Parts: sequence; C-alpha cells; structure tokens
Amino acid sequence: MIELKDVYKTFNRHVVLNRISLKIEKGETFVIIGMSGTGKTVTLKHICGLLDPDDGEVLIEGVKMNNSSESIRRGLRRKMGVVFQSGALINWLSVGDNIALPLREHKKYSEKEIGVRVDEKLKLLHLQSARDKMPAEISGGMKKRAGLARVLVRNPEIILYDEPTSGLDPVMSTHISELIVKMKEEFGVTSVVVTHDMNSAYHIADRIAVLYNGDIVQCDVPEKIRNSAIPFVRQFVSGSLTGPIDVE
Amino acid sequence: MSIVLLVYLIGDSIMKILDFSGYCIILFFNTLFYLKNIFSKRKEIVRQMYNAGIRTFIVVSIVAIFSGMILTLQSGIELKAYHLEEKVGNVLIATLTREMGPFTSAIILIASVGSAMAAELGTMKVSEEIDALEIMSISPVKFLVMPRLVALSIMMPVVTVYTNVLGCLGGAIVAKTHLNVSYDTFYIHILESLHFKAVYVGLLKSFVFGLIIATICCAQGLRAENGAMGVGKATRDSVVASFIMMLVVGYFITEIFYRGGL
Ligand SMILES: Nc1ncnc2c1ncn2[C@@H]1O[C@H](COP(=O)(O)OP(=O)(O)O)[C@@H](O)[C@H]1O
Ligand SMILES: [Mg+2]
Repeated sequence: MIELKDVYKTFNRHVVLNRISLKIEKGETFVIIGMSGTGKTVTLKHICGLLDPDDGEVLIEGVKMNNSSESIRRGLRRKMGVVFQSGALINWLSVGDNIALPLREHKKYSEKEIGVRVDEKLKLLHLQSARDKMPAEISGGMKKRAGLARVLVRNPEIILYDEPTSGLDPVMSTHISELIVKMKEEFGVTSVVVTHDMNSAYHIADRIAVLYNGDIVQCDVPEKIRNSAIPFVRQFVSGSLTGPIDVE
Repeated sequence: MSIVLLVYLIGDSIMKILDFSGYCIILFFNTLFYLKNIFSKRKEIVRQMYNAGIRTFIVVSIVAIFSGMILTLQSGIELKAYHLEEKVGNVLIATLTREMGPFTSAIILIASVGSAMAAELGTMKVSEEIDALEIMSISPVKFLVMPRLVALSIMMPVVTVYTNVLGCLGGAIVAKTHLNVSYDTFYIHILESLHFKAVYVGLLKSFVFGLIIATICCAQGLRAENGAMGVGKATRDSVVASFIMMLVVGYFITEIFYRGGL
C-alpha cells in the first residue's frame, strides 16, 4: 500500500533520511519510533507528498508520489488523512467549522449531511461541548482531537498520525489508541503512527520501526522490539540512561 | 578574501531577490486563476475587507488629518511670502490626489494590514496549517491569498479617498487658524484643482498598491520557515519589500500618466 524505496533526504547538507526503505501493507498499523529530531515527521511528510526526497521513491498503491504533478498528488491524497502534531486547526473557524471544512470546500455534501457527519465525529472524540468554541479557547489535547476529527470526517483509507497521544492525559491517550485500533478493525484503515509513547506503540502496532541517525535500525513486531538485542533499541524502549544514546 | 566574501554576499542576495520575485509573480497569476471562486469566498473577502478598512479606521484618520495639516502649513508658509496663501487649497488637493493620498494610505496598510497578513500566514505555515490544507486538497492560494488580495485591492482605493477627504479637513482647519484663509475660499480652491485625471490615476495607483502589497505579504507568509523566528523575519521582509515596490511602481505609474503633463 505504502512503499518507500531508498529514500534519501538532506536539509542544507545535513542528512536526515539516509536511504530508508519500508513497505506498509493494506490494513496494517505501522508505528515509527525514534528520538526527537531524527526525522519521523520528515518521513511522514514524504509519504503524504509534502516533501520530495533528494533520491529514492515513494509509492502509494504502486503510484509514484514524489516529484509528480499536483493533480496526481491530489488524487493520491484524496484517500489520505494526516493528523498533525498540533492539530493544525484554522484559528478563525470554530471547532465545528474546522471539522466541516474539507466537506464544505469540496461541495460534495449538503449542509444537512455535513452537520450529521460533523456531529458524529464530535461525539466519537468527546468534543460535543467544544463545537462552537474557537481553537484558541480549547486545550492542546482538544485541538489534537479536533484535528483527528477533521481527518476522520473524510473517511480516509490511509491515516498518518504525528504523535497523536503526546500532550494528552493518560485516559484520553488510551482512548485515542483504542480509536486507532478501531479504525483498523472496523474500516480496514492503514495507519502510520509516529509516537514516543511506548505503551501506545505496543498496544496498537502490527510492526514497529525504530529510526536512528537517518536509518531504520530495526523493524519488527512489537514483541521483538520489546526484547530487542540491539543496544540502541533496548535503551530507547526502556528509557534507560545507560547505553549508546548520549544524553549530554 | 573579504572581496570574495562581498561578491558572494551580493550575488547571494541578488539570487534571493530574483527567487522571491519569481515566486511573487507565479503566486499573483495563480491568485488571478482562483478569482473564479470569488463568489463562494465572499464571506472571507468581507472579513478581510473589514480587517483592512474598519480596523485601521482610527489610525488612518489621525494620519490623514495630520498629513493635511502639515502639508497646508508648510506650503502655506511658503505661499504667504508671495501673498498667495489663499491658493493653499490648490496645492493641497493636487498633492493629496496625485501622490500623498495613495502614498500615506499604502504606508499605513503595509504597516498594519500587510505585516499582519505575513505574520498570520507565516504562523499558519510554521504550525503546519498550510500543510493540512494541502493534504485536504484545499488550495492555500484559493483559501487564503485570493480573498486577501481582492479585499486589499478594493479597500486601498477606499482608504485613499477617505485619506484625501480627511486631509482636506485637516488642511482647512490649519488654513483658517494659521493662514487666515476662510473655509469658503479654501473649498473653492480645492474644487479648482480637483482634476479628474489626478483622481483616477491616484485611485489606480492605490488599486495596484493593494495588489502588490497583498501579493508580497502573502508570499512572505507562505514561505516562512524555522518557527517563530522565521515568522518575524517574514513579517519584516514583507514590510520592506512592499514599501520598496510601492515606491518603484508608484514612480512608473506617475511617469506613464504624467509624461505629457496633466
Ligand atoms: N523544512 C525543514 N528545513 C530544514 N530542516 C528541517 C526541515 N524539516 C525538518 N528539518 C530537520 O530535520 C530533522 C528531523 O526533523 P523532524 O522529522 O521534524 O524530527 P522528529 O523526528 O522529531 O519529528 C531535524 O533536525 C530538523 O531540524
Ligand atoms: Mg516530529
């Protein structure tokens, strides 16, 4: 469904992704973990075509996303949703209007249908009380959930999540994890999730890839990652201070 | 060594200016393409017009009145030496309609509205809101730039007319109190030099300034990078670039229309 082939990306000569390859199957929940600043967000942006690699290929259902025309990108993105780290809400629209935005802009539905679909997602994410609030008036966690609602309202087949549970309280973060699992089980959604939250990662992942220094050092099922023999992975998943990661 | 560095720096900034100009031109034509959606974006356009016109009302009023007062006082002092002070109205209205009206309005709108556009779009860029629009297949040009461009190019001439009117009021007060020119005399001389051509060229100038300022400020915002610091830089650069382009283009419009006199 999603394939990265030898993706190489630099910013001002600084190598961020050093020829990474991965293949994500339809209906899979694929989790990417790694330290801050290793290029997890950059990887997601390659998958959705916001960034183009210097070298290598990104394929979505066999169609090349990178360096392709705007119309091909639009076509591929039609079945794709991205939950951004901070929610990325439009700040002069209320939460309800933000969620309705993708439906309104493309004029495929009547206002009544839009209302029904928006209400359904508000309820799913426990945001009914925030419907008429402005983004500035709600908490960071609520913004993130509203961002997720805006993605879900389009019923995408592929959802990319950038740290969906960071900044949420433990109960809400479990709720989001459950939601990711539910999207897969009920609707067969393919998910790529970037996270620091190891509990959530073990819970939702079919496979976990560990990104370090521009490379995928390990990519395997959660059990194997938990009991990894690779020192970096061991240190990272246990949060230990001793190991190859230099905390200084 | 330092010569090499100097050449490098100059070359680098020329490349950046060319790159940015190219981006602005493409953005401008893209925006024209999305004018077809002008009706469906009417609410946003009105909101932007409100931002550009109503929210700058007080500042525009103060600047306009004082500009009129200063112009009248300065030219009045000079004219008085030739006992021509009752002609101060002619000088004032000619200056306002041809140059000072469009110029002061543009400066105010660059400083207040243009810089806010750059900061707003820049913030949206660095907080991934623009990315989110792209993913939803909503064109940021259609959604953000087109309404701002339309609103500013409509409001700029409106603000200019308003500036001219208030400038005359300020001038009338100074003429009366400092130059002993009665309101009636002042008014008659205003009408005498209120030429149709001066008015429409002035308004055309304002309209073009609106297009330029909106394009440059939106372009700076859309290209912001590196978090809050980048937004600050985009805002500053948008003000500087708008101001320079406004002067350069203003000169050439004058040159085209006044080559053969009034
Ligand atoms: N647009 C950009 N321009 C320059 N550098 C960037 C850009 N985006 C990301 N980077 C750099 O790429 C690296 C990886 O960033 P990112 O993917 O955001 O990290 P994370 O794994 O925390 O999500 C960082 O060093 C960052 O500075
Ligand atoms: Mg990140």
